[in-house]
Amino acid sequence: MMNQKYARAVVSGIFVLLLMVPYGIRKMAQLEEPGIGSDREEALDRYGFFLEDVTEEAGIDFVHKRATPDEKLNHILPQISSVGASVSVADFNNDGYPDIYLTNSEFGHSNALYKNMGDGTFEDVAEELGVANLNNFESGASMGSIWGDYNNSGFEDLFVYRWGRPALFRNEEGRGFTEVTEEAGLPGHINANNAVWLDYNSDGHLDLFIGGYYHEDLNLFDLEHTRVMPDSYEYATNGGLNYLFRNNGDGTFTDVSEETGIRQTRRWTLAASAVDLTGNGYPDLVVANDYGVDEIYLNRDGNYFENAGEISGLGFVPKSGMSVDFGDILNQGRYAIYITNISEAGVLMQGNNLWMPSSGREEGTSGSVRYRNVAGSMGVEIGGWGYAGKFIDFNNDGNLDLYVANGYISDEPETDYWYDYSRVVGGNRTIIEDAVNWPAMNGRTFSGYQENKLWLNDGSGRFREVGSSVGGALILDSRAIAVADFFGTGALDVVVANQNQPVRLFRNRVRGDHHWIGLDLTGRTSNRSAIGTLVFLYQNDGRITKKHVSGGDAFSSQSQRPVHFGLGKDPSIDKIEIVWPSGIRQTIHSPQPGRYHKITEPESATAGSSGVLSNGNFVSAAGSNSEPANSIKSEPLSLEE
Amino acid sequence: MKNRFFIPPGFIGPLLITALVLAAHISFGVLDGWDKFAVAVGTAVVAELFFHRLMTGEWRNLSSAYISGNSAGILVRSPMHWPFALTAAISIASKYVFRFRGRHIWNPTNFGVVVMLMIASDSMAILSIQWGSNMWAMLAIWLVGVLTIIKVRKFHICAVYVISFLFFAWIRSLMGEGVFLAEIAPLTGPMYQLFILFMITDPRTVVSTRKGQMIVAFLIALVEMFFRLGEAVYAPFYALFIVGPLALVIDILYRERKDAGVNMESGKISAAKA
Repeated sequence: MMNQKYARAVVSGIFVLLLMVPYGIRKMAQLEEPGIGSDREEALDRYGFFLEDVTEEAGIDFVHKRATPDEKLNHILPQISSVGASVSVADFNNDGYPDIYLTNSEFGHSNALYKNMGDGTFEDVAEELGVANLNNFESGASMGSIWGDYNNSGFEDLFVYRWGRPALFRNEEGRGFTEVTEEAGLPGHINANNAVWLDYNSDGHLDLFIGGYYHEDLNLFDLEHTRVMPDSYEYATNGGLNYLFRNNGDGTFTDVSEETGIRQTRRWTLAASAVDLTGNGYPDLVVANDYGVDEIYLNRDGNYFENAGEISGLGFVPKSGMSVDFGDILNQGRYAIYITNISEAGVLMQGNNLWMPSSGREEGTSGSVRYRNVAGSMGVEIGGWGYAGKFIDFNNDGNLDLYVANGYISDEPETDYWYDYSRVVGGNRTIIEDAVNWPAMNGRTFSGYQENKLWLNDGSGRFREVGSSVGGALILDSRAIAVADFFGTGALDVVVANQNQPVRLFRNRVRGDHHWIGLDLTGRTSNRSAIGTLVFLYQNDGRITKKHVSGGDAFSSQSQRPVHFGLGKDPSIDKIEIVWPSGIRQTIHSPQPGRYHKITEPESATAGSSGVLSNGNFVSAAGSNSEPANSIKSEPLSLEE
Repeated sequence: MKNRFFIPPGFIGPLLITALVLAAHISFGVLDGWDKFAVAVGTAVVAELFFHRLMTGEWRNLSSAYISGNSAGILVRSPMHWPFALTAAISIASKYVFRFRGRHIWNPTNFGVVVMLMIASDSMAILSIQWGSNMWAMLAIWLVGVLTIIKVRKFHICAVYVISFLFFAWIRSLMGEGVFLAEIAPLTGPMYQLFILFMITDPRTVVSTRKGQMIVAFLIALVEMFFRLGEAVYAPFYALFIVGPLALVIDILYRERKDAGVNMESGKISAAKA
């Protein structure tokens, strides 16, 4: 036995070392972090891009105003109305330039449709086209929107979900919009915070998923009682219903939520997105729920959905799911799923989830999926009070990076509501579900003034935060993120919608020697928006990158429909494979980089005869040579710009 | 007749906490994950073996380390593994570093989580939300816990603390704009279940007399009220962190003086008899 005195000294020394562990870990993390700087040339040199705030010169002056529900909830209004700032992108008039739709929420305040004028500026045409005045007591408050050509007319239609009556607008050839909600057979009242276009049965018509947040029986603007809050912080069972509407192909929809098994729970759904994860040709749904576990609904050949949340590993530990996005972050032709949650130092450390398909098991080989959370080891776990988490290749190096919106309620600085919040959410359901029991906020900040995260992917499974060096790290209450090539440079620009605050548009300046390619897909047998189409890009170095056309993703967001790939310094491409929702597969060899290619789905007969359209040349599936998109062109970037 | 179902007192704590963890995690998935939980328990056990062997040259019973590891595994919330290990290690190490008259004076897990909140709050938090929305599950856990506490004769500590907490919650609701139900809400959550059933009743760190234990429970609730007025999220842990060791040191000194007095008296009597 060691001498007692020395033993005590050794134990004390070890104890002191233990106390120093967090300090050491922090120091090591700081060493890995880039220095703060905003020098554009340095950012271009080190990271290959920088983001420039061009909101004002683009003519965008939209400021979101939050909804004002029943005065019985006034004492916690900022919490109740913490969402509603959303952004979706579509080329509504087919002029080749992506346009921006932004939702407002307060009654009397208009939504905005910013038409891209093609010269770096935008013009709000919502009023003249009939999609501006959507926030009023009769209809409710807008929470978000998604674009999709539900009637296969060749023009993207607009669906706006609200705390109230959802609204479907038919696009009249880009010259205006006609509301068709009633004739479409959509429901009268849902307190929805997300929606996704998907063709769940691959019949060529876009179906519609709507996620409910507050219970649909509640009219938040005229409450009969105050039991509107979740009945548990992590196991809530009193949220809004989720809906799946089948498109009948004649302008009407039928509620198939029950028969397809999509309506199994009453969780508080905040986000959802769809893509084929099992390889059976039908889109699966991943649903992020606040106050509970997330869900993954596997599509069984377009007949029904099977909730595989728990068995897949994704839906066991309850957190506060806020956003869903898919990304092939290791260029292996497999999708990871990123779901944001809440992290607040010392109070609540949920951490964001990055779900990777289990190693050694290809997606779809058994009709099932299995995931493990690798957010910690990849460095994308600790954000803040997260909302939209969106994969985007910022610098066109071929590796998907990540932009995460953070920040809940920024009110009076140096104040904090967390103490009061932690008291109530620790309580039993009889206490927590009644808003009357929630302490008044009185202008206090609640996880506010948080920076958004820009995590750069090094291609080998590690991300590092570069927001302070490249711009774009807003300290606003950011909610939604959409990416699109607004300026036709081949780089993906970023729009960030902020709650009760102004929207920001960032132009992405990418180093000239990083190449790219874009595909603007049009369905023929499949839905015309090509939503759900998978695209695999094979590079000569063996990398395979998977992307798809999304019908809505992240949090209350939708990005440009054309599929965009960064290629890095080597522009050579072996081939591109396109898997259309109809099942038609198409292969294009050695496509020319640096431009968008318009590709129309081949006739089924054409594809059916050969199975794969692969003639060794760069051709569209319809048999004609591909044509570059009429106005989105590659423009080499010079630093002097 | 010998009771066939006799459970040795030393096993009651480990069995109770194991039952709680299993019931809570299987029902509600309360843990951050079995892996993190195992890290906490494993670290606590290894640290106990190591430190005890180092200090005494002997191996020791691991039931208290097991409870500390379980508590750390339940209480710590972090996406990373190292805070679980570090909390458990600091908890166990504190028993060997901070000793007074041969006794450790802090409840190990209470010490561990409070220190971690001071040095690593950017990497971890403490369980402060409920395990489920089911009232019956909560009542069942309380019932089993209370029956066990009665069996180990510590119920009076829990009762005084709960009554004091309710009283001070009522005072707080009168003092501010707080709603009484919001003030007592935390009491219905699992953080307090662990705090009341395991921490303030820890046999190693409570004072010696029944009356003293009740006074200390009241003082913990009193100090907690001040932390709550200062909007400290983890007020009960801070209160126990301060009151617990102070009370124990005073108790030890008081007993020493009392014993010395008794010895002196008996010495005088012996001398007088002689």
